[in-house]
Amino acid sequence: MLLRSDITLEVRRPVFASRISAGFPSPADDFIEGSLDLNKHLVAHPAATFFLRVVGESMLGAGIHPGDLLVVDRSLTPTVNDIVIAVLHGELTVKRLLRDPDDKHLWILHAENPSYSDAKMPPDSEIWGVVSHCIRGFRA
Amino acid sequence: MTQSHIAIVDCNNFYVSCERVFNPQLCNIPVVVLSNNDGCIIARSNEAKALGIPMGAPYFKWKRMIEDSGVAVMSSNYALYGDMSSRVMQVLAATAPAIEIYSIDESFLDFSNLPTTLNPVDLADRLRQQVAQWTGIPVSIGMASSKTLAKIANRLAKKNPSKHGVANLTDPTEIATTLAATDVGDVWGIGRRWARMLKARNIMTAADFRSCSDSWVRQKMGVVGLRTLHELRGIPCVSLELESPDKKSICVSRSFSTPVMERAALTDRLSDFASRAAAKTRKAGLVAGYMTVFVRTNRFQKDRPQYSNAVTLTFPEMTAHTADILAAMRQGLAHIYRPGYEYKKAGVLLTNLVRQDMAPQSLWTHAGSAKPLIAQEKSNQLMQAFDGINGRFGHGSIAYGMAKRQNNWFMRQEKVSPRYTTRWEDLPTV
Repeated sequence: MLLRSDITLEVRRPVFASRISAGFPSPADDFIEGSLDLNKHLVAHPAATFFLRVVGESMLGAGIHPGDLLVVDRSLTPTVNDIVIAVLHGELTVKRLLRDPDDKHLWILHAENPSYSDAKMPPDSEIWGVVSHCIRGFRA
Repeated sequence: MTQSHIAIVDCNNFYVSCERVFNPQLCNIPVVVLSNNDGCIIARSNEAKALGIPMGAPYFKWKRMIEDSGVAVMSSNYALYGDMSSRVMQVLAATAPAIEIYSIDESFLDFSNLPTTLNPVDLADRLRQQVAQWTGIPVSIGMASSKTLAKIANRLAKKNPSKHGVANLTDPTEIATTLAATDVGDVWGIGRRWARMLKARNIMTAADFRSCSDSWVRQKMGVVGLRTLHELRGIPCVSLELESPDKKSICVSRSFSTPVMERAALTDRLSDFASRAAAKTRKAGLVAGYMTVFVRTNRFQKDRPQYSNAVTLTFPEMTAHTADILAAMRQGLAHIYRPGYEYKKAGVLLTNLVRQDMAPQSLWTHAGSAKPLIAQEKSNQLMQAFDGINGRFGHGSIAYGMAKRQNNWFMRQEKVSPRYTTRWEDLPTV
């Protein structure tokens, strides 16, 4: 392990404390009250958080596009309606987790794109992690 | 004083498990991981173990068999293993009262002062499940009153499916039967040489050894052997070594009389420091787990451009070998060297030092078969000769030729997986 993952990098932006009021700005605006750390916002559990890159189009309807960066938190317990990473046929795939309408004890992996079909979750398959955020850049 | 209770958490087939997290196709099939140069087999899945592929075996000898039986072969990906290791350790450290990270895939936890309402087996089981969910890495946990017994409990947890990965070795009868079923060579701290000596005297199992007299063990095996004996009797002698890097480090650094600017010149100086640090480490009978390389300009010359940086590298396996330490130094320097600065000071720092005979050997000797890797013995002999010559004729009389090393060090890694967790361009895709 030469370089630790970029999770530990902190990017700080100042937050200004006082509210806008009529008249002149408060001198306290010069005082930096705290800072926002995007990593802390996006990565609640660093040990359990992994980044994955989207290549497929099966989740376009959920606003997940090819090239997007998914923040996956494995410490979260998957629940109905979560967008999850699942293991299907030996591959990692991103889908929405829904109850099987035919059998409430089973789950289906729902694609948010009409050209893709849903898949029943085989009993021996597993949920790899829960997608907590999706990050898209607008300029290369 | 409360009864000592120590847990050891060991990641199952760690390197294979790391690969499986990101490549589920490797689950349930035999998998082996090769050493740096694709030379030896250094990790095996349970399925590969069942095929009889031994730990540390040269790959070329088993290549045909491996291809014929559909075994998946991976080159080692230490960037991935190092990152996954630190995730596992973070999860453990968040719950355990105290943790000693012992190697890339093992750590000791102090369970001595748990609240009475908290059953250690329940806690271990919870930890095992949490590590599996958070990181995807399966672990086994062994618990007992001493580290040496905890190690044996860990084997029990691994080998006995009814334990579900957690074994608490506290019942005297269970301790006795387990020790009787444990080869004396598999006891932590008993190296190959001692195992041979003991077996020649018909001391075959851990139970046989435990009934030896203190005076005999002390005479034959010194204080270290005596400590192991007492540990097997449940008396803790090897305490938890919590993070104290200051006491357990070897540093060689110098200020330069004239500033050094060129990378080649800096490499020369640091090669010397690294060689000295390696020799010091060997002389103390230690091996190192991490190495820090640092460089600095002259702080007092404010008018000159200032720069200082350091990088810490993890050795794939603990080492005091000059070649390993030089290679790591060069790799580290490549990351922190910036041209255009007048470097005033540089150095190397070896940390996470442990005694060579106590160092984790999982990569090279399989517990049970204790098959030595010839290369390692040869390498140790080489270092002995190396130190002998330098001891007689002065440091630097014989040194490693570095000119050709750079290009061929990580020469063969044909089947290496992407650095899924440490490189943006290597992220897993969905």
